[in-house]
Amino acid sequence: MSGKRVTFKNLWLAILLILPQLFLVFTFFYWPAGEALYWAFTLEPPFGGEQQWVGWQNFETVFADPLYWNSVKRSLLFAFSSTALAMGIGLLLASFVDRQLAGYKVYRFIYFWPYAVAAPAVGLAFRFIFAPDAGFVSAINVWFPGLWNPALDGFDAMVLIVLANAWSMVAYNFIFFLAGLQSIPRSLVEAGAMDGAGAVRRMRDLQLPLIAPTFFFLIVINITDSFVNSFGIVDITTGGGPARATDLMVFKIYSDGFKGKDYSLAAAQSLVLMLMVCALTFIQFRFVERRVHYS
Amino acid sequence: MADILIRSVVKSYGRTKVVHGIDLDILHGDFVVILGPSGCGKSTLLRMIAGLEEIDAGEIAIAGRVVNELEPRERGCAMVFQNYALYPHMSVAENIGYSLKIMGIRKVERLERVTAVARIVGLEEFLDRRPAQLSGGQRQRVAMARAMIKEPQVFLFDEPLSNLDAKLRVQMRIEIRRLHRRLGGTSVFVTHDQVEAMTLADKLVVMNAGRIEQVGTPKEVYHRPASLFVAGFIGSPPMNIMKVGSATPGLARLASGATLQMPWLDTVPESSLRLGIRPEDIELVAPGTPGAMEMPVEFVEELGAGHLVHGEFEGAEFVVALPGAIEVVAGGRLHMCFPTEALHMFDAVSGLRLDGGEKASGLSSGAVREFA
Ligand SMILES: Nc1ncnc2c1ncn2[C@@H]1O[C@H](COP(=O)(O)OP(=O)(O)OP(=O)(O)O)[C@@H](O)[C@H]1O
Ligand SMILES: [Mg+2]
Repeated sequence: MSGKRVTFKNLWLAILLILPQLFLVFTFFYWPAGEALYWAFTLEPPFGGEQQWVGWQNFETVFADPLYWNSVKRSLLFAFSSTALAMGIGLLLASFVDRQLAGYKVYRFIYFWPYAVAAPAVGLAFRFIFAPDAGFVSAINVWFPGLWNPALDGFDAMVLIVLANAWSMVAYNFIFFLAGLQSIPRSLVEAGAMDGAGAVRRMRDLQLPLIAPTFFFLIVINITDSFVNSFGIVDITTGGGPARATDLMVFKIYSDGFKGKDYSLAAAQSLVLMLMVCALTFIQFRFVERRVHYS
Repeated sequence: MADILIRSVVKSYGRTKVVHGIDLDILHGDFVVILGPSGCGKSTLLRMIAGLEEIDAGEIAIAGRVVNELEPRERGCAMVFQNYALYPHMSVAENIGYSLKIMGIRKVERLERVTAVARIVGLEEFLDRRPAQLSGGQRQRVAMARAMIKEPQVFLFDEPLSNLDAKLRVQMRIEIRRLHRRLGGTSVFVTHDQVEAMTLADKLVVMNAGRIEQVGTPKEVYHRPASLFVAGFIGSPPMNIMKVGSATPGLARLASGATLQMPWLDTVPESSLRLGIRPEDIELVAPGTPGAMEMPVEFVEELGAGHLVHGEFEGAEFVVALPGAIEVVAGGRLHMCFPTEALHMFDAVSGLRLDGGEKASGLSSGAVREFA
């Protein structure tokens, strides 16, 4: 028996204590998920009445729709670019802080804030900052008229949501990278310097391999996050447009379900998305479990 | 020629000054050992030579080139760290060959050189292993091999033996010395173990609180300690230090009234003085011998080859080292005399040694040692 585990002699007390949490998880996760499962395999008859079991039909409709594949493509593009950007910047900042430690506890604290900002608020901030006519970035349009306009240009719109999402994830990545870098003995990096490796080389050959578990963990977290939490940003900044350029999977579920009122199609899509996230989570657990330990 | 010249080097961390203006010349081919108590700034000095620590003021030149602003890799030094600092994710061969890889040397040549160096330190069979699969002594060898492979002009060692057991330490000590001779570079070795320091050094540098107390051969430092600190730090058990009541040229009177002839003491400063004698330099005499001093024996430490007699003398703890043949029991009395040439005089305020200049060594081996 593990000596660290708290054990309750009173089983009823234990049940009582976890009941509220179980209730919340059930009400806001399992119940809606079950509901979605039900919707995904049924259809509502056009003139009312009982829901009808239709098997895989909803999924077939979804997979046959080129607009759905567009949203998958956009989502992957979004996920990979914002993950790369957020992790790259996070690592860069962490390596700066790692080298000069004065006051790093304060940095830790401050850099974490953006992660705590809700996605719609991030979206709002970015909408203002990057507004083509009045935002900070509008200066670009003064020098190069028409260069930046996320409302018209699909590429610009994608850049905008990638930046916004990356900004909110940088903090998280920074914290984890910093903790990882700090766990590497300083003398190891110094030995690298004595061996003639410059800062970039040391990062590539010594530090990154040693924080590989952290690195993989962050990749999965970032991709998962960009699949799930991007809704707020897209909704506030681009609304999926222009011309579906930013119609991410999670946003399409929302617009098909609540704007198009087709719950069954939306449910089928969310089931697919859920499976993808589950798969990622599974991969992550595999990596975390098999965390490479050197000593 | 890889001389290392250190000129008024200063280092502070924040507002604490840890190195207070050090001057030191290390000549090509020297094996220099920096010895001092924990926290005196030895590692800091070594790391400033290596380029791992910024130099706040002063100058360090290696092979005629001021290196203050140079990166570690531009200084031509190799370093062996206390905890070895091996790359845990690389095999032994990759660890040793990493610096060659960075220089862009091709794989075939790299392997050749790695194998050659591994042979010297006896690691050929372990080239494919990870550091975690090696014993402490083997890791230490990998660290040495990694430093050797670049054929550096300057070898820096920061207490590389302190994690080894006593036997292995002696063995590695000999190997390091052999290696130094073979490679012919300049070595700077930091330690707080005085036996290690004495046995390895051509030139011993004793540091204390960010300053150099004395530079000399191990013999000089032992026989003519330049300050009270060195006198107390070198030698085990340390030198006995007594208060001097009064002194005139040629004569010192202890607080208790005993007088000691010191013909070489020509000028006597105003300040108070301290007299030192090593436990092993004290001679026993028959009771009643003129000038004999008496000490009650508190307890005896048995060392096998000899013993250490502890007691109180002149109001302070006092230790006498005696050969094993002499029987001493606690509660008895020791009658002793101090050979003139074995006495060390220090200024209590400045801590500096006072003397005319002749050597205080050459123990009278034929002296009668008796127990009363
Ligand atoms: N990075 C640092 N920041 C602040 N103070 C430091 C730092 N590194 C060392 N010091 C201080 O500088 C002084 C000298 O340290 P140094 O490591 O040179 O000692 P040392 O002589 O090598 O001791 P040891 O034998 O214990 O290794 C110590 O008082 C130490 O506390
Ligand atoms: Mg040290």
